[in-house]
Amino acid sequence: MLELKNISFDVMVNGQKKEILKNLNIKFDNNKFIVITGPNGSGKSTLAKIIAGIVIPTQGQILFDETDITDKSITDRAKSGIGYAFQQPVKFKGLQVYDLLKIASKGTLSLEQACNYLSKVGLCAGEYIRREVNGSLSGGELKRIEIATILAKQSKLSVFDEPEAGIDLWSFQNLTKIFNSMRQNINNGTIVVISHQERILEIADEILVLADGKITMQGSRDEILPKILGTESAVTTCAKLN
Amino acid sequence: MEMNEIQKRLIAEVADLHDVPMGAYNFRANGKLAGRNTTANIDIQTKTEGSGIDIRIKDNTRNESVHIPVVLSDSGYKEVVYNDFYIGENCDVVIVAGCGIDNCGNQDSQHDGIHRFYVGKNSKVKYVEKHFGSGTGTGKRILNPGTEVYLQDNSVMEMEMVQIKGVDNTNRQTTAKLNKGAKLVVRERLLTHDNQQAVSGYTVTLDGEGSTADIVSRSVAKEKSYQKFEVKLTGNNRCSGHTECDSIIMDEGKILAIPSLEANNIDAALIHEAAIGKIAGEQLIKLMTLGLTEHEAEEHIINGFLK
Repeated sequence: MLELKNISFDVMVNGQKKEILKNLNIKFDNNKFIVITGPNGSGKSTLAKIIAGIVIPTQGQILFDETDITDKSITDRAKSGIGYAFQQPVKFKGLQVYDLLKIASKGTLSLEQACNYLSKVGLCAGEYIRREVNGSLSGGELKRIEIATILAKQSKLSVFDEPEAGIDLWSFQNLTKIFNSMRQNINNGTIVVISHQERILEIADEILVLADGKITMQGSRDEILPKILGTESAVTTCAKLN
Repeated sequence: MEMNEIQKRLIAEVADLHDVPMGAYNFRANGKLAGRNTTANIDIQTKTEGSGIDIRIKDNTRNESVHIPVVLSDSGYKEVVYNDFYIGENCDVVIVAGCGIDNCGNQDSQHDGIHRFYVGKNSKVKYVEKHFGSGTGTGKRILNPGTEVYLQDNSVMEMEMVQIKGVDNTNRQTTAKLNKGAKLVVRERLLTHDNQQAVSGYTVTLDGEGSTADIVSRSVAKEKSYQKFEVKLTGNNRCSGHTECDSIIMDEGKILAIPSLEANNIDAALIHEAAIGKIAGEQLIKLMTLGLTEHEAEEHIINGFLK
């Protein structure tokens, strides 16, 4: 499905080269729910942005369904079946929730289908479908709408960057349900979620631990989860709040 | 009603009309009356002195509408028209105005429409005004609307002012005076492109106790176009007023926003917000991750912004 070969990403900080990602080699298979975890600043979000085409790697190659997409634009990657949910959802003045869902589904979405996606992310559809995607929505509401756009896009590969960030404890219960249901209906696709949350890690088929720009652990949930529980890579919701 | 295809197309653009509307109407094409209808409650008379019409709406007229679109399709035609609306008490009406100019020639075409609204006590008016220009000629399409609004006690005026395409030069000036408990709501949408110039000014005086005004302008200046937005809000009593100017600049567009607030009473609460900037990069990226090209993303963002 997706293969990252020798991916590195450097930035210049005060004239000094800083390595954010160091020669990563990762393969994501079909029909898998993969969670990437690791401490803050380990390069997880950069990795997600490299997959979506928002960040261009300093070196390395990206293959998607055996096609080299390293030089493909964000748009081309999206069209070829890559979806990406922002950690900080973008606000728009004037664009409504329905507009965004229609764009995501290539413009053919009926009102009823759009409402269905909103219901799936726990939003009362009638109340939200005509709302503007602007600052009048709370962080949690924006986050759920962001997830709904990815559901509506129906990508082969969907990447979610910290879907739990900015979501309250109450909504988080719902969020785990959403991801559970995505896992059930994976339909030969691949879901990659960047998360620290134990409940999200528990859904994973595979867990990848990224630290200081390198993969330090990779394997099945049963193999990796016991090793990282209680560390910064996997926290319970309450621990995170404290 | 006699109109050619170009004129019918202009009418559709500015008044969303594809056929003769229900209710009262007055169609003006190239300075001549092209059709008129009055109702039991709404009378339209041609002014005996000067150019224009008087529209009189009886007290207690509810759920009725008046359409007064104007089209210019002869290149080089220039006119100044005065339309006066006398709206009685306890009314609830919709007034749709608007002007479309098609100029295929090399001479400037110009319509200066001066609208005066006298809104009676407890009446509610929704006013929609759309301006549109088309045609491939080198002659300019010029529209200079002047609007004066006088709101009696507890009356409400909602104004939707839209100019999206094809007008080369516009200077729109709106003044309003509000009595006790009156309310004015303005939603302006403006898009300029090429070398177009647009000036939009609002002078709103909140004279009456408990009067409120909410004026929101959203605009986009593309290519080499220029816009000036000037709003002056004066509070002379216990009142509240809010103005907002929110603009997107693209290419080599230029925008000047001049807000001004004047409070002459300790209980006058006036707010102004203004923001000018280009389309946020993250908005483009978000829509591109949903499969749009950068150009398509821009169009969606602007269409949404001006909706």
